[in-house]
Amino acid sequence: MLLIRCPWCGPRDEVEFRYGGQAHVVYPADPEALTDEGWADYLFMRDNPKGLFRERWVHSAGCRRWFNAVRDTASHRLVATYRVDEEPPA
Amino acid sequence: MRRLDDGGSAIDRSRPLRVTFEGRVLEAFHGDTLASALLANDVAEVCPSPIQGRPRGVMTAGTEEPNAFVEVSAPWFDPVVAATAVPVVDGLVAAGRPGVGVLPREPAPGPPVEHLHRHVETIVIGGGPSGVAAAYEAVSRGHRTILVHDRHEEATLTTEGVTALTGTTATGVYDDGYVVLHERTPGHPRLWHVRARRVVLATGATERLIPFAANDLPGVMLAGAAWAYVTRYGVLCGERVVVFTTNHWAYTTARVLRDAGAEVLVVDASTHGSAMDAARADGLEVLAGWAVAAAHGDRHVTGARLTGPDGATRDVEADLVAVSGGWTPALTLYRGIGGGLRYDEGRSCFVPDGSAPDWLEVVGAATGEGLPTGPLIPYVPANDLSTHFVDLQRDQTVADVLTAVRRGLRSTEHVKRATYIGTAIDQGRTSGVVTAQIVNDALGEPQGSQGSTHARPPAEPIPFSALAGLDSGALLDPERVTSIHAWHVARGAVFENVGQWKRSWYFPQGAETLHETVARECLAVRERAGVMDASTLGKIEVVGADAAAFLDRIYTNRMSTLPVASIRYGFMLGLDGMVFDDGVAMRLAEDRYLLTTTTGGAARVLDHLEEWLQTEWPELRVYCTSVTEQWAVAAVNGPLAREVVAATATDVDLASEAFPFMTWRDGTVAGIPTRLCRVSFSGELAYELHVPWWHGAALWEAVLAAGEPLGLVPYGTEAMHVLRAEKGYVIVGQDTDGTMTPHDLDMSWIVRRDDSDFIGRRSLRRPDTAREGRTQLVGLLTDDPGLVLLEGAQLVEEPGGTPPVPMLGHVTSSYRSPVLGRSIALAVVKGGASRHGETIHAALAGGDVPVTITSPVFYDPEGARRDG
Repeated sequence: MLLIRCPWCGPRDEVEFRYGGQAHVVYPADPEALTDEGWADYLFMRDNPKGLFRERWVHSAGCRRWFNAVRDTASHRLVATYRVDEEPPA
Repeated sequence: MRRLDDGGSAIDRSRPLRVTFEGRVLEAFHGDTLASALLANDVAEVCPSPIQGRPRGVMTAGTEEPNAFVEVSAPWFDPVVAATAVPVVDGLVAAGRPGVGVLPREPAPGPPVEHLHRHVETIVIGGGPSGVAAAYEAVSRGHRTILVHDRHEEATLTTEGVTALTGTTATGVYDDGYVVLHERTPGHPRLWHVRARRVVLATGATERLIPFAANDLPGVMLAGAAWAYVTRYGVLCGERVVVFTTNHWAYTTARVLRDAGAEVLVVDASTHGSAMDAARADGLEVLAGWAVAAAHGDRHVTGARLTGPDGATRDVEADLVAVSGGWTPALTLYRGIGGGLRYDEGRSCFVPDGSAPDWLEVVGAATGEGLPTGPLIPYVPANDLSTHFVDLQRDQTVADVLTAVRRGLRSTEHVKRATYIGTAIDQGRTSGVVTAQIVNDALGEPQGSQGSTHARPPAEPIPFSALAGLDSGALLDPERVTSIHAWHVARGAVFENVGQWKRSWYFPQGAETLHETVARECLAVRERAGVMDASTLGKIEVVGADAAAFLDRIYTNRMSTLPVASIRYGFMLGLDGMVFDDGVAMRLAEDRYLLTTTTGGAARVLDHLEEWLQTEWPELRVYCTSVTEQWAVAAVNGPLAREVVAATATDVDLASEAFPFMTWRDGTVAGIPTRLCRVSFSGELAYELHVPWWHGAALWEAVLAAGEPLGLVPYGTEAMHVLRAEKGYVIVGQDTDGTMTPHDLDMSWIVRRDDSDFIGRRSLRRPDTAREGRTQLVGLLTDDPGLVLLEGAQLVEEPGGTPPVPMLGHVTSSYRSPVLGRSIALAVVKGGASRHGETIHAALAGGDVPVTITSPVFYDPEGARRDG
């Protein structure tokens, strides 16, 4: 069970959180302007790297705030967490 | 086998106890395990082997035991557990079990398992010398320290500042230093959840067996176990002992057994060694370069056949064969958290390669350091390998492994799955490396080519009752009840569970059946009036300057144009365009809406709103608050609803002109401040009365008092379902399944056609979402009006087809309609919207029956009844 550092509440057990998939996938400014392929790409296609991955979590059994994290998908270590209005760490 | 007159570091001879094994009363001492008590009482056979039914006895002195399994039936219950892991208490009752337990029908006896949570700097797993040293060291650094020892011995562990848990097993080490401990103290079992900054594994090493003929016979035991039974428990397991070894550690066993009075012959696979020389000088008889080829005996070892250089053989009498095939670091926990291994050729075993997480340390014999060197013998060669056991608990032999390899399985992971070796309770801890070496040998590959198979938590069996702890029975899950619940109970309501809510399903009178009750309740609503407790409706207040703009993006229809004091029914879609939830939005003020959701969907909808607000549109000034339990709701439905509410002495003008459908008014009902809402889930004239939660019961009783003289009845969720189905109103999650768009539900009117965006809009134009012939909502009528289709029944074109029959869809809702005097059903059918009037077939157990596709609205299609 991961120990996840919520930017608002500090380190808490993983069971308090829910996973939200890849971070920084921005809702298109004008979905109607997209081709079917472009929309499908936004809707369905996500990165799946081995290594560092920026992803979303929500502290659903705590402050209920969404935040972002950087996780190493190979070691399953959470390297960093940051608020949605913050830049990802370098 | 007998108890010695003295000795035994683990037992207290001043505290005698009695245990019962298979009906026989045995004398034991405090500190014994069931295994040591059995051996002390000369009980060699513990259980039959699981597949072949061969007699089996105690093989080890620890939780790696592959052989001696028992059921404990008193004073606690354990369906199957190694006899070596059971601490003896007075009155213990046990019986042999061949590796598979049988659960009792009644709840098992035993105290509930308490769960504890701890945070420490250091946890040390393993109570041997390395573990104790690591714990001392941690305490000296000022660390809060837990020391875990799987035996029930306390003597060596009383260290100031250390929380020492004996009789405790670490069942798993998880991410970021999270460790689960199962404390098996008799009468006081506990489960510990520990978060540690640093985890030290001092898990030691496990002795390996050597496969030879009949190496499963009672009287064959690991050498370290024979040593432990003498030194810890004062039990001598044989008078005439053959010690068969590949390494020098077993000489210690040989000496201990000889000093305890046994006659000892050492059979050493090596041809020379300093330990051998020292032992000979000490007067021990040693056969160098020899092996044990077979154990003799019917139900217990009576002798052994030895083979030596140049084909020499020798038969000896013996009642114990103590075997040491070398030692393997005990790394199940280490592997479970992803630690890597490398092969140590000298010690013929896998050791940690240093790739573990940085908070994890391995110390002592678990690192491989200090373990004896020696050859790895995969098995003692023979023509017949069918009793050379590798995995005793799975009854698998060298012959079975070789058969698997011959059939083309070239990896131990595959051999494991073909033979189940290593998958039993003990996870093959005494035989894993041996299996890998048999495979290497068969493939002609060097030692260490085959990695050890993967290990996952739990490292040792853990009862479900321990995981459940106190979370069972009434404490399993919270029960949510409305403020009117007590009235329902008093009125004899039958309840159904909707999520955590208890909802009144129906209110039977006298000997009424479910169907009779529902028919009476439905007809009362259609002909007079009924009242239902709708307090469980999810309710969310959406407040802020941008609330209207936000809801326009959330709903398929516009909520910004909704006037204050009005109500609109709406759909929320997922990004994929599929219906996510439905409900109404009431505009309470310019900047304030109250949304209702399905009872089960309240949390999901609130999460959905928050996700979009927080992650996509943080600039919107909107706050969402769950108010489900702020408002109790009584829904008064029926042609006499207006008279009923009027009779409660309300100050609100109820005339349709003053208070039209889909509007709300604030006022009082029976003196209680109430929000009255003209929404209807039955198609009848209806008033939902929303009052502060604590007024729910008072409101309810006032409505009943006013309404019962007019023929009003309370009705439950079953009648509510029938009434809504008669009107073709869908239930999201019952008539939809996450693949239905509003168009599929024949509700295109709810999707706005202007240029503004809403969640899911773009997906409605995707080729697959927009195509003709999608699965669509319809009504179904059977030819036989008395036949009620089964919900979930498959729909097919023609009767009696040969499988596979193309499926058109399925029945989603199906009821007897009292007002229509016949059965009705809702269904989803491919291309159903354009097939009204056609006949298809429902596949039922008794045969396919014809059904006619209709509009989903069965009753009052023109909607004439909503104004009373």
